This record gives sequence, C-alpha cells and structure tokens, in this order.
Amino acid sequence: MKLALKVTEIEQLSPLVKRFRFEDPKGASLPVFSGGAHITVEMPEGDTIRRNSYSLISDPYDGSGYEIAVRREDRGRGGSLYMHRKLSEGDDITVSTPANLFQLDLRARKHVLIGGGIGITPFLSQLKQLDMEQKPFELHYAARSREEAAGLKLLPKAAHIHVHLSEEGARMDLGAILDGQPMGTHVYTCGPEGLIAAVADQAARLGWPKSTVHSEAFTAPPPGEPFDVVIASTGQTVTVKADQSLLEALEAAKVEINYSCRGGVCGRCRTKVIACEGRILHNDHWLSIEERAAQKDIMPCMSRFKGTRLELDL
Amino acid sequence: MTMQFNDETFRGDYTYHNSQKAIRRFPFPFDQDAYMYSVNIEQHPGGPEGSPFEVMFDVDEHYVAEMKDREITLAEDPLRCQSLPHMELAGWDLLELIMVSKARDYPELFTLHRDGNDWHWINKPLGIEKKFTFLDPTTLPCGPMEYITRQTQGDFALLHERDGNLWMDAGMVTSQADWSLDFDVGMNFFEWHAPVPKARKMGVFDKALKFLLSVGQDQSYRRLNWTLTVNPRLDTSPETYHKWGPEKRSVTPENVGRKQFLRVELQTFFRLPRSNALAFPIRCYLANLEDLAGQPKWGRRLHRVLRDIDPTLAEYKGFAVNQEMIVDYLSQFDDGAPTSPGIFPDG
Ligand code: FES
Repeated sequence: MKLALKVTEIEQLSPLVKRFRFEDPKGASLPVFSGGAHITVEMPEGDTIRRNSYSLISDPYDGSGYEIAVRREDRGRGGSLYMHRKLSEGDDITVSTPANLFQLDLRARKHVLIGGGIGITPFLSQLKQLDMEQKPFELHYAARSREEAAGLKLLPKAAHIHVHLSEEGARMDLGAILDGQPMGTHVYTCGPEGLIAAVADQAARLGWPKSTVHSEAFTAPPPGEPFDVVIASTGQTVTVKADQSLLEALEAAKVEINYSCRGGVCGRCRTKVIACEGRILHNDHWLSIEERAAQKDIMPCMSRFKGTRLELDL
Repeated sequence: MTMQFNDETFRGDYTYHNSQKAIRRFPFPFDQDAYMYSVNIEQHPGGPEGSPFEVMFDVDEHYVAEMKDREITLAEDPLRCQSLPHMELAGWDLLELIMVSKARDYPELFTLHRDGNDWHWINKPLGIEKKFTFLDPTTLPCGPMEYITRQTQGDFALLHERDGNLWMDAGMVTSQADWSLDFDVGMNFFEWHAPVPKARKMGVFDKALKFLLSVGQDQSYRRLNWTLTVNPRLDTSPETYHKWGPEKRSVTPENVGRKQFLRVELQTFFRLPRSNALAFPIRCYLANLEDLAGQPKWGRRLHRVLRDIDPTLAEYKGFAVNQEMIVDYLSQFDDGAPTSPGIFPDG
C-alpha cells in the first residue's frame, strides 16, 4: 500500500545530510512500526519514478509523522539529489508503508548498536523502541568530524550513547566495545562494508554465536554505463540508462517484478538469467559468491551488466 | 441486528449445532470436484456479504460456547497457552489488531475507547468490561495474547522472524486439528510442518515460507485447510487422543451423516507493526455431512472429492478408516450432475 503524504519539515543536519518529515495531509495517524524499519520514497522525474528506501528515524510508536535522513550522494543515480534539491516543505510525496529487514532480536539480554556515518539512521528508531521496552543497550556512533556527524543533532545525550569522532582522536575501538559484554548480548552494525566486516570479525574472534551478530548494509543502487536486457516472455528489449537501476528500467517498461528493500538485502527481486553473454556486475548483498560466479541469477534492484546479451526470465 | 449465540457443547454430549444460516455461510473448502494440496492464498478480509471472509475476525453463533470450551481446555492444561518472554510486544500488537477490528466490525457487540494508552474495552457477549493501560502488562489479569485470545475464536500462533525463518514462539492452541503447541513452541516453519506428506517434496513449504516472510504491514491474507473429525470436537490434540481417538469407531452407516464432521480451518496471516512478528490465527469451522449435503452442490462435490482423494492424504487427514462408509453415505447426494465453479452454494 502507498501513503500519499506531505513534506512538513526539512532541516539541514550537516553539509551533506538533511532530515525530512512527512505527515498525512489531513492529520490522520500513520501506521506505527518497529525499530529498524524503512520506507520506500517515490521520486517522479520525467517519465520514470525513482524509488529509494530510507530507514525511519522517528519514534516507531508515534503515528503523527515519519522522518528520514538523507545523505546527498553527488555521484549517485540522482535519488538523493532529488530529495536535496527538488523537494520543499509543503510538497506532496508518496511513500510505502514501513517494512523491516533489520529488526531487533528481542530475545537479547543486551543490545549493542554500532553505526558508522549515515549508517546511524536505523538505530535512531531502534533506540526509541529499546527505551520504551526498557531494554539495556549501548550505542556507538562513529563519524569523521563533528561537522560531518549529522547524527549528533538526533541523538539524546546519555551515558550509554557514545560518539567517536576520528578527527578528534577518538577512534572507535571495537575490541574494547565487544569484549566483556554479558552473555546473550546481540550486536547490530550499519554503515560502510569495512565496518560491518570488522565488527563481524571481532565478534567471531571473541566467540560470539553468529545468530547474535546482525548488520544492514543497505545502500542505494549505483549508477553505471547504460545496457540492454531482453525480457524472455515478450521478447521486448529494455534499455537501462546510466542513472537508472535495472529494477527502475523494468518498472518504467511495465514489466512485472517484485521488490521490497531496493537495496540488495531482502531477496525479493531475485530474477533468473536465461542467457548471459558478458558479465553481471553484482552489487547486492543477497547472492553468495558461488551464485554470483554462476551468472544464473541477478538482483535487479542493485546489479548491472556489461556485455552483449542479457536475457531475463520475466 | 443482534446475534443469537448457541447454547452448546464441543465435548461430552456434543450438543454443537449449526443453524440454517450458519450452514449457508460455511467456508466450504473445495472449489472444484477434486482436491490437491496447494498454497491457495487470497487477500483477507474480503468476500461476499455474510460470508466468514467479510471481516478480519469473524464472530458467529458459536462464539460464546467456543470461549467456554477454551476455558475448560486451559483449566485442564494451562500449557495450551504459551508465550516466550520476547513475544510480549507481539501479544500487544495482536490485542490491538483484534480489539480495533472487532469494535469496528461488530459495534453492537464490542466497544473500544482509547485515550492515548488508556484503553476501555467492552465485550458484551462475554460480559467483560475492562479499563487497562496499553503496553502495561500489570494492568491485565494475564499476558496480552492470552487476554485477547480468551475472547476470540480460533487458535493463534505468533511467529518471530529471524535467520530467514519463522519461529513459533507464542501461541494459544485449544482447537488444533493435527498439531500441538507444546510440541511446536520454539520450532521453525519447516519443523512444525514436517508431517504433511508430499508437500515438502513439492517445494510447497519453501514457497510458503518465502511468501510469509514477504507479508507486509498493510497486507493480510488467508487460506483454507480442512480435515475430517468424528463429533464436533474442538480439542483434537495429540495430548488428548485417548479421549477422542476411539470415537472414530463409533461411526455406523446409520449415524455417519450426523457424526462425521468436515472441519475447516480458516488460516489468516498478519504482519504486526511494533514487533514485526507474524500473527497466524487459525479459525475452525465444523459442519456434519448431513448439513453440508443439504446444499446440493456441496453434497455432489464432497462425494467426488472424498471418493477420489489420494490415499496418503486420506490417511494423513485421519479418515481413511471410515472413508468407505463416508463415500457410501455421500453417494446418495451425487446424481452425476455438473457443479458450478467456486466454493459458495447455489441459489
Ligand atoms: S528488492 Fe530487495 S534485494 Fe532487490
């Protein structure tokens, strides 16, 4: 289901990050959600609709509005530029109902949340949920400098909220954070791939069970060179433009396809490849190394293609 | 219009009965003259006026008696209601979903006043009036899931999503057909479906799990499942098999029409907002062969379905021993005429 909302607030949090608030035009209450949930925002431009997913940063149990924080990616497909340059307070905006691919495991004795850069966003709703549920947690936020740390304005000041600014010499020490946590602690990481890998590594070294280590690496689909795909059922050829994802191009061509996260993590858009003469540029977090190498499946929300022929089972 | 509730029992003297109206709205599960195991999923709610598909949580003439039967089962075996600690939030989600739906769909029976987290709930058929604080378990006599499911027909499973699977970590199960909560709490989707023959091989569960994981907050779905039971018994759990199992042998050609019941489960799926858990209510409807055959289309079709069914399914659904008697009885209603498509009765 889609929600037709209005942009009611835009705030510059840092030179690159803006906060947006959306509300129902008649003040109706929006569906509440769970910490870590995201919405998909529609950005109509010309004959295409671009859709990006963003973590909700507002209070999950407060239906009066939804808030997201968007970092401007100057080399992206244009989604974040649309949000930063085209959108004003009072504009209409269409978003999806919330969905959650990064939920808290409420069985945990304690939750350790680690956010790097804009990866702080899913934790902003989670920490509100943890507060309400009165669950023990600590949050670590790493950013380069005070100026870039957009999350500073959104984080409450509290003893269990730690900010690590590398420019001020306070680098995050993962060993110190994870060592000595009580049994049954779960750790959640969101941010650059390097950070996610480093946390997983550290946790493994300390003998944490895999099921207690969670991460979300959701990024917007990257732009790239244009390419063509053939739709097996109709024989139709669809051209994917440089600033379009394959999923967006398929949608624009009215080819039916499933999706949820649009960030390569939910698996929903997985599509069988019938013929591939060339190389699939896998950018998702779903397919395994073997599946990638086999070139028999593609995740159209994130991945692209370089070669002479790509035929999809659609 | 106020609803009349039957004075009836689901055990002992088995005075359970269906009015003409209840028979006509029975969720007959066969949409054609043959049966195949499939994942026949539709959007819920939605369906003809008066059908059990019309609203989120159907309330019918059996409501009060069913809730009494649940009370008896729980008094004998409190473990039929279990909730692991991390599922309490899902319990509140479920309580909200049911209270809001019932107050909206049956305003003459249920009322809900909400002022922030101060809630006031009135359930007229059961004579309950309660003021409590939403999300504060100390203000209810028991956990939120138990509280609301003692007032709602059907069994309930609450599923926790993790590691790409669904785990049944809470439930209220007093009218199950072929599974047991005690056995299933903490089990994942594949473990608790393991006994269904053929389905695993057909990849039905992989598809079903994939589907369930993708159910979003604003979507809810249903499917029908069925089995046969002797006598209108809700509690046909493995734990009490010694009480009801032998009743299978009390069926004779003379009483089969009245004693043999078609048991239909209306299974629905909801994604709960605060907990991101899945709610899986399983509502049970019972009608005997005689009542069903009163609808000519159903009499013909039931005969054909039960006559031609795969023997392993007849075994799994527990009626193989009486199949011949059942089919003989039903044959008198089958004149060989074609049946109309769909599940609803003619005329
Ligand atoms: S839409 Fe989620 S992986 Fe593609």
